[in-house]
Amino acid sequence: MSPHDLALLCQKQLQYTKHLNYMLQQTSSDVLEKQAKISEQLYSQGTAKALEGIPIAFKDNFCTLGVPTTCGSRMLLNYVPPYNATMVEKVLEAGALMIGKANLDEFAMGSGSTDGCHGPVINPWSMVTTPSGERLSPSVADQSSDGSDWFVAGGSSGGSAAAVAAGACLASFGSDTGGSVRIPASYCGLVGLKPTYGLLSRHGLIPLVNSMDVPGIFTKTVTDSAIILNAVAGHDNKDSTTVQESHTPIQIDEDIDISKLNVGIPKEFYVPGLSEEVVTVWREIADLLEKAGARVTEVSMPHSRHCIICYHVLCCCEVASNFSRYTGIEFGLRCGSEESTEELYAENRHHGFNDVVRGRILAGNFFLLRRNYERFFLKAQRIRRLISNDFKNAFSAGVDFLLTPITLSDAPSHSWFIQKDSRTRSAEQDVVTTAANLAGVPAISLPLKLSRQNLPLSLQLMGPRFSESRLLSLAHWIENEVQFQHLDLDFHSVEESAENQFQFNDVIRK
Amino acid sequence: MRVWTKLRLSKTVCLRKFSFRSALCRPRTTVICFNCGSLYKGKVTQFRTFCFASEDQRRNLDLEPADRQKQSQTSWEPVIGLEIHAQIKSASKLFSGAGTQYGASPNTQVSLFDAAFPGTLPVLNQRCVQAAVRTAQALGCHINCVSKFDRKHYFYADMPAGYQITQQRHPLAVGGSLTYVYQCSITSFVERRSARLIQIQLEQDSGKSLHDLENGVSLIDLNRAGHGLMEIVTEPDFTSGDDAASFVKDLRDLLVAIGTCDGRMAEGSMRVDANVSVNRPGEPLGTRTEVKNINSTRNIRLAIDSEIERQIRVLEGGGVIENETRSYDAEDGQTIPMRDKEKLLDYRFFPEPNLPPLVIHCDHSTISPWSPSLSVILEKDEDFEKMLLPEQQRKRLEEKYGVPLIHSVVLVRQGLFDLFEILVNQHSCEVWATTAVLKTPYVAFLDDHKVDSEESPVSIEQLAELIHIFQREKISSSSLSLVLNELAVNSSISCQSVIEEKGLWIVDCDDVIFAAIDEVLAKNPQNVKSYKKGKTNQIKVFTNKVIKILDGKANTMRIQQLIKDRLDKRF
Repeated sequence: MSPHDLALLCQKQLQYTKHLNYMLQQTSSDVLEKQAKISEQLYSQGTAKALEGIPIAFKDNFCTLGVPTTCGSRMLLNYVPPYNATMVEKVLEAGALMIGKANLDEFAMGSGSTDGCHGPVINPWSMVTTPSGERLSPSVADQSSDGSDWFVAGGSSGGSAAAVAAGACLASFGSDTGGSVRIPASYCGLVGLKPTYGLLSRHGLIPLVNSMDVPGIFTKTVTDSAIILNAVAGHDNKDSTTVQESHTPIQIDEDIDISKLNVGIPKEFYVPGLSEEVVTVWREIADLLEKAGARVTEVSMPHSRHCIICYHVLCCCEVASNFSRYTGIEFGLRCGSEESTEELYAENRHHGFNDVVRGRILAGNFFLLRRNYERFFLKAQRIRRLISNDFKNAFSAGVDFLLTPITLSDAPSHSWFIQKDSRTRSAEQDVVTTAANLAGVPAISLPLKLSRQNLPLSLQLMGPRFSESRLLSLAHWIENEVQFQHLDLDFHSVEESAENQFQFNDVIRK
Repeated sequence: MRVWTKLRLSKTVCLRKFSFRSALCRPRTTVICFNCGSLYKGKVTQFRTFCFASEDQRRNLDLEPADRQKQSQTSWEPVIGLEIHAQIKSASKLFSGAGTQYGASPNTQVSLFDAAFPGTLPVLNQRCVQAAVRTAQALGCHINCVSKFDRKHYFYADMPAGYQITQQRHPLAVGGSLTYVYQCSITSFVERRSARLIQIQLEQDSGKSLHDLENGVSLIDLNRAGHGLMEIVTEPDFTSGDDAASFVKDLRDLLVAIGTCDGRMAEGSMRVDANVSVNRPGEPLGTRTEVKNINSTRNIRLAIDSEIERQIRVLEGGGVIENETRSYDAEDGQTIPMRDKEKLLDYRFFPEPNLPPLVIHCDHSTISPWSPSLSVILEKDEDFEKMLLPEQQRKRLEEKYGVPLIHSVVLVRQGLFDLFEILVNQHSCEVWATTAVLKTPYVAFLDDHKVDSEESPVSIEQLAELIHIFQREKISSSSLSLVLNELAVNSSISCQSVIEEKGLWIVDCDDVIFAAIDEVLAKNPQNVKSYKKGKTNQIKVFTNKVIKILDGKANTMRIQQLIKDRLDKRF
């Protein structure tokens, strides 16, 4: 398939799934076609670069030169960055085609991609199965009127995940602060990689929590994930928290010797509320590894139960600080009275942020008050150290990787998800994902099989810092073993038989 | 017998309570300057606050010395600590590549990071660290191998991120001290003092807000935002405005000498916050106020003294000093509470997550590529290591050449130390003459031409020739600046010919001198009479008049001697 055909195909997929509301800004077809043509030439000349002609989407919190970057917030609806994020720059340098900016929770705060000002993202799997067992109506975009229900894409990088799952691009970037890449990857049946903190530059990624944010990669396969990672990893002058060394390209070891591996099953990750289906797949994969000769041992990570509360305190503190720049003076929403600076700030911030963001700012400022600093921030930092030590202890005791659930169940329905507020949902959804962010270790969400509802079920693999090479090799081995059936919304046949336009079930490759 | 009259002087005392002027004009009255503690004789023309006497003491100025001493125990002790914000001399900002040119058009020295655009990250400017380390070394601080950055939060339009990156908890350097020369602004008293430092930290400068009241708009210039600052925090070691101002002057000289700050206070390169409190001797420290953003050494003195006076006034009126931030209004000569700062601002400090700890290395061997830290390797600079700091220069001037402190202060401050050594060592100029020529006429000459001594239009050889002529007493000190100005206009001309041309040779023809003396004595018979009655200081009056007749071309000492001879001979 030529880059041009690929671009056209992706555009078509995007067109057909527009109602899923995962894409905000779209690169125009003309521009894409032009770029695809250039890529095609480079391929024929044999000078194609690593990602030549590959359609890629970015979560709308990566700054893109001249392209609006809203973070899903009214505050930044009018914000057009004058520069590219390093991830964007590197991907473009490697020849990729940027197809657009993906929907998200406001400022990446959420776990369902339901809280952005652009409306919720609909899980593409809803097109083949719905909570009520019915197929999704084509007018799902205004679901509120017809009351039909659907599955959430997971968040906060739901748009990026949905874009890959729906076939609008081959890879996409999200940001993972507490599970924001791995959770939507799990719900949308994708490989979601959260690399080691510091391996990928955060320059140009609008921060949620600086000390935990990591650009994450969505792909359908582990090999693709490695290709993208190699194109973007390594030191960046503009981000002092990146590794000093330049990146040594990772190689997926096709002949990984599973019998030499020790896979830990942290008992604390058997959390209340874990669905029986997830427990089953967890057991099955553990058995699979054991059968292949791996040592599978139960390990203890005693501080894991404090992850959520620790995460929330630290998150709110950094949010309170990071978000004090959104005043509407230099950029962003400006709607207040100009009578006094304070009033202007207050009104801009009141109208610019949703409840979730304002709530976290308020909490963070409370935690950082001099009288509370010790009780909240410092204590949370100490707990973070203990959590990080849990990982160190496990890995230094001989465990190579940890295998854990990633979400409590398959994708929840939208109607269920919005019954509780964001704070509650995050606490439920992020319960097993935040540990990797707090410790800065790499983690990957891997789709394994379909649930009874015909939705993806995934597990998480975590390894020591900078162990991406081995982590992806193991993930690749498992991927080969389980042969997960990806969502394939094939619209070619649809076009041919217009009367069967919504018979998606029939076109899923089984 | 001489009686020391100990006067407690203050503005109110001088003007209201009794006639200060008459007290001083009484013969043989000696005042102890309460500003510096030195004995002071002579006319006090400036009615400045230089003592902080209590209301009681003011009322009881006529008490016997013993009683007054008792009273003095209820007087006030001012305690002052300083925070000096010195802009680091560097081509780019502390965390961004934007330029730092002063006076550039608004918002042209601004990077995206300086304007706090979302997604931008700080990248530490190594040169700023080098400069701060060099400063710390020059001040004898302990340099922390590992220091950390914090965020200090407050909303202000010229602080676009809503926080300032600073080093609150783990500063770059701690301890250290500076030996400075205390100079009294009323008397000519000078004294070596030393003040201890608490810490030196790196931090960002803020932008500037310009309020256009007429049109009701505020404008923001971010050119200064993000410029690297060294905040130098002292212990509360100062006792008066003069004391603090003297320290700042010497600190500025030091920073300029080592090239880490250009020291231009008028351009805001150095700004001072003063923490001021007063307490009774032996009692715990009083509540302090912070006078912010003082931008000249003169205002440091005035602001601190007026704040001390205000606090005493409040306390003696039964009031309470509140812990608050004030600013100095130079026009009114008093401090005023700052308008929109809350009384107790909670800055909600927390560690800057985008900057790993700053680690100072002496060489490459200790750097690990995998450690998440900002590594800075100290640059070796032999010039810096060999360089004599201002205090060392003063010491050398005093110890090797015998120049008194009061003069060495001037020579060193004006950057004339090297020139002095060259003149004395290579051109065999005498120390007294070199000092006399350099410290006043030459400094004034450089000042008039607005040049440094390196760019002086008068060559070292010409200067040496002039000093030689001066030390042979062939020319009077009042003619020196005339000669210098002539030399500046015509560099090829020799000193000798300038003096010749202008007729500046000293008058050493006795006939001419005696003629002048006789003229003066004849015209002032009253003074001659009082001289005869024992008022020997009349000699000075005569001398001045004679010198005037001689157009200043005379040697004062010689004239004085001749007048004395004449008077004694005549009568």
